Formats: sequence, structure tokens, C-alpha cells
Amino acid sequence: MIHTSRTLDVDAIRKDFPVLSRILPNGKPLIYLDNAATSQKPKQVLDALTAYYELHNANVHRGVHTLAEEATALYEGARDAVASFINAPSRDEVVFTKNASESLNLVANMLGWADEPYKVDADSEIVITEMEHHSNIVPWQLLAQRTGAKLKWFGLTDDGRLDLSHIDEIITEKTKVVSFVLVSNILGTVNPVEAIVRRAQDVGALVVIDASQAAPHMVLDVQALEADFVAFTGHKMLAPTGIGVLWGRQELLEDLPPFLGGGEMIETVSMQSSTYAPAPHKFEAGTPPIAQAVGLGAAIEYLNGVGMDAIAAHEHAITEYALQRLQEVPDLRIIGPTTAEDRGAAISFTLGDIHPHDVGQVLDEQGIAVRVGHHCARPVCLRYGIPATTRASFYLYSTEAEVDALIDGLHHVRAFFG
Amino acid sequence: MKLDSMYQDIILDHYKHPHGRGLRDGDAEVHHVNPTCGDEITLRVKLDGNVLTDVSYEGQGCSISQASASVLNDLLVGKELGEAQQIQEAFLELMQSKGQLEGDEEVLEDAIAFAGVSKYPARVKCALLSWMAWKDATAQALAGAPVKESA
Ligand SMILES: Cc1ncc(COP(=O)(O)O)c(C=O)c1O
Repeated sequence: MIHTSRTLDVDAIRKDFPVLSRILPNGKPLIYLDNAATSQKPKQVLDALTAYYELHNANVHRGVHTLAEEATALYEGARDAVASFINAPSRDEVVFTKNASESLNLVANMLGWADEPYKVDADSEIVITEMEHHSNIVPWQLLAQRTGAKLKWFGLTDDGRLDLSHIDEIITEKTKVVSFVLVSNILGTVNPVEAIVRRAQDVGALVVIDASQAAPHMVLDVQALEADFVAFTGHKMLAPTGIGVLWGRQELLEDLPPFLGGGEMIETVSMQSSTYAPAPHKFEAGTPPIAQAVGLGAAIEYLNGVGMDAIAAHEHAITEYALQRLQEVPDLRIIGPTTAEDRGAAISFTLGDIHPHDVGQVLDEQGIAVRVGHHCARPVCLRYGIPATTRASFYLYSTEAEVDALIDGLHHVRAFFG
Repeated sequence: MKLDSMYQDIILDHYKHPHGRGLRDGDAEVHHVNPTCGDEITLRVKLDGNVLTDVSYEGQGCSISQASASVLNDLLVGKELGEAQQIQEAFLELMQSKGQLEGDEEVLEDAIAFAGVSKYPARVKCALLSWMAWKDATAQALAGAPVKESA
């Protein structure tokens, strides 16, 4: 049974995504439930890419010819689109990177090379959580190893939420930076930003938020979050791969040192030393991913056209339905919150003793694309004593009929390995 | 149809009833992981001169990786090292054949059931996990590496 949600015309939306009508080599129609890994792209985004390359392609910020000016205007226009999408006070606070991983590494390196008061050193503590994507673990491990700082983290409760009961012992006067995920890509949990930000602000720590699974799915307001840095990645929000965003508060971007050096990020260069361009260019060394940024601008225009509130409501309804139906499958254990409250649209589960690899393979045979493995969040698997999970994740174009197909598929998996 | 070509009955049998599973005494121990999916194996080899007297293992993983370790145990235990290495190479060749080879049943016995898996690039690593671990452990045993205490 297909319900279109109150406010989304899912049938019309699906027509914008060419790949969603794909028939797979085995003759089965594609059922794409791997949106937390990457989203599909609407033709509006593909058209923007094509138009950019067919009509406007040039390098940015370094020519007086017409194409160079058009390309620059398109690239900088994408920055404007991002700034308003996340309610940034200034467009100069939007740094383009290649993905969320680079954004997070960039912050860690800014802090590693910073002067006081931001400098992370052997007396400092860095706080993360046990549900982070590896992209928000490893950069901080590297920073800790290189500076001698101590890495601490929030553990998880049995139902897949952050355990904040010892918040005052974890975030202390020594804490220089607290970095955490807004929506977990493996558990689906939406984390309580305010409680963490309050405590971080009390001790004067910077707050970094990994919004990779939030920006595509809900209204993201960097001012309301009260964070210092927010990272996300274009390819999960209808844009091409190769474009990510780091938003940072202006004064921080002004004070903190650059990480990568090269063209574009400088003011003047001599053989002895250089001065740097103002932010955001200070952090964008070399030719940026221009077409990809333009694609991100088009993706944001598409998302705004549909409405982030409507997308969030649609996904909430699908998630609620999926959670309920999944729990009807014998031996299925949801890893993460079992209700749709404070929850995103990625649902991880185990199915008896059947290894997720095998689950994914049998589902693939039925045209259903899910992700299997540890989802770049291996500590979560260790925490719950499981080798891996199967994850289904939904987006604005997902339907209840696709959930039904997943459930049928899972019954088939059980029969096959039973 | 296609699924059955991957999940041959032989594979499912080995998966459900693995041969030689569990860690026993050995001359070298290795721990290998498949970072993309989290499959893991701890594997020990025991040599008596030139003869492989035991391959014992423990791990977690999908049906393909588990069945492959079981088949490895069946095939290699009791063999002389030279022959075991030839079998390993034949299996490697089969798994890298992208579905083009059927495998020599004289050499590979039950392991030819994995021919179908070679068509699925993401699963080839699963099938090879224990074989790569075996190769590594054998090299270490020959180099005289000390065996770790059992966990
Ligand atoms: C929560 C979270 N953080 C970070 C990332 C990394 O994104 P990317 O691989 O685009 O850098 C992902 C996506 O895989 C994610 O889900």
C-alpha cells in the first residue's frame, strides 16, 4: 500500500530521479535503501552539472574572461545557497571541502596548529562519542597522538543513545574541543545538542558537530545549534561526490591557521613567507571542486523546493512504519532506538545468526540495496557485541511499498538460511 | 538462480557444520580482518617438519568466509607444504577469475563450489580471508615466529 505523506508528492519526486526507475540486471526493479551511504541525484542536479561543463567551465577567481567570471559567480552562488540553507550569519563562514571527512580533519588540524587559546596540547582533552563515524574519530586520535592531548568519549546506553550521566566528568576545564554527531549513521539516534553545548560552553570548549546525516534530512540551523563548527557532505544530500562543507564561526576562521597551502588561499607570496586570503578562501587551497559545488547549489535548491520540514515529516512517517514492520520479523534485533522519537531514517539491525553480508546478498538478489558491515562506526558494533549490522536507510523518495518489499525480502533471507 | 550459484549446498553445509573449527596448539598464529565488512579470523598452523598437521581457527563472518575456512581445513591439513601451497594458489586463481574458471576438482575438491562467488567482487575477499591468513601464518611458522598464548 502506498501512502504519500501529507505534504510530499513522492510519486512526482521519484520521477526526478532517473536511477529510481532502473531495472537491475536480474530483472528486478531497484529498491534503494542505502541513502545513509549516499543519496541518488535528481535530474535537476545532473542538468546543472551538464550545463556548467557545457557552457561555463573555467577556473575560478583567476581570470577576467567571461567564462571565468561565470564560473566564479556559479561557485560563489553555491556558497550563498549553502549559507542560507544552514542559516549562517555570513557567507564567508562557509568553507568548501571535498567531503565531511576533510571538513573534520581540517578542524582538527586548525586546532593542532593554533596558538592559544585554541591550541590543543598535552594538557588538553578532546571529547567525542562512541557512536561517531570513523571520520569523527580518527582525526581526533591523530591530533591526540601528535599533541599528547587526552581523548575521551561518551559511551552509549543499551537503547542506542548517548550516556550523558557523567557529562561533568567527561567535559572538564581541560576540554578544548567536543566533537559529536548530530544524527548517527549507524544507530539513527538524534543527539541532544543543547545539553552537550551548554556544558562545553561552561568550560570554554569549542563544539564541532558532524551533521552529515542531518543536513540531508532536516532543517539545519547553525545558529540555533550554537556550535562553533558544523561539517557535512554533499553526496548524501542529492549533490555529487567530491563536495563537502565546513561551517565555522567567523572569528574562529579568522583566528585559526590554514592547513593546506597553495593557490587561492594566499594574499601575497614571496620566497620567504606568505600572507593569507581571508576566510573562507584561506582554507580552500588549490582549484576547488567547482562543478561539484554548483551541483550542491542545485541540490539545495531542489531540497528547498520540496521543503526540509516536509522531508523530515515524510521520513519520520516512513521510519515509524519501518520500525514497526521490522519488529514483526522473527529474530530481528534493532540496534539503536526502537521508536521513531529523536531518530533519523537509518535503521540498523541483526537477523538472528545470519551474517549481514549474507542478508545483504539475498536482498540484493531481490533488487533491494542495503548496506552491510560496521558502517564506519566499528566501536558501535563492539559496544553491542555484534560483528556487523544490516542497515536500511530512507530518504525523501522512499515509500512504504519499499519498506514492505524489505520485510518480504527479510522473510526470504530467513527461509534461505533457515 | 544466481543466488544458488553463490550459495552452493556445499558452501551452506560447511557454513552450518564447519570442519576443524576452534583454536588448537600451533606454531604460529595470525589475526586477519576484512576491514570493509568486519569479518575476522584468528588462525593457527601446526607443522611437523614439512607436513601441515593442523590448521585451527576461530572467527566471525559471513557464510562465505566461514565455509571457506572449513574447506581450507579439510583440504590442507595433512598435506605437505609444497602441495598445500599449490592448492592455495589454485584457489586464489579461481577466486580471481571473475567467474571465468570452474576450478580443477582433482586439486580443489569442495573448494570448486566457490567458483560462483568469484563473480561477486565484494565477496571474493570473504572467501579469501582464511586462505590469506593461512599463507601468512605458514610464513611466520617457517620463520620461527613464536606462537601467542591462546586467548
Ligand atoms: C555521520 C557521518 N559522518 C561522516 C561521514 C563521512 O562522509 P564522507 O565520507 O563524505 O566524508 C559519514 C558518511 O559516510 C557519516 O555518515
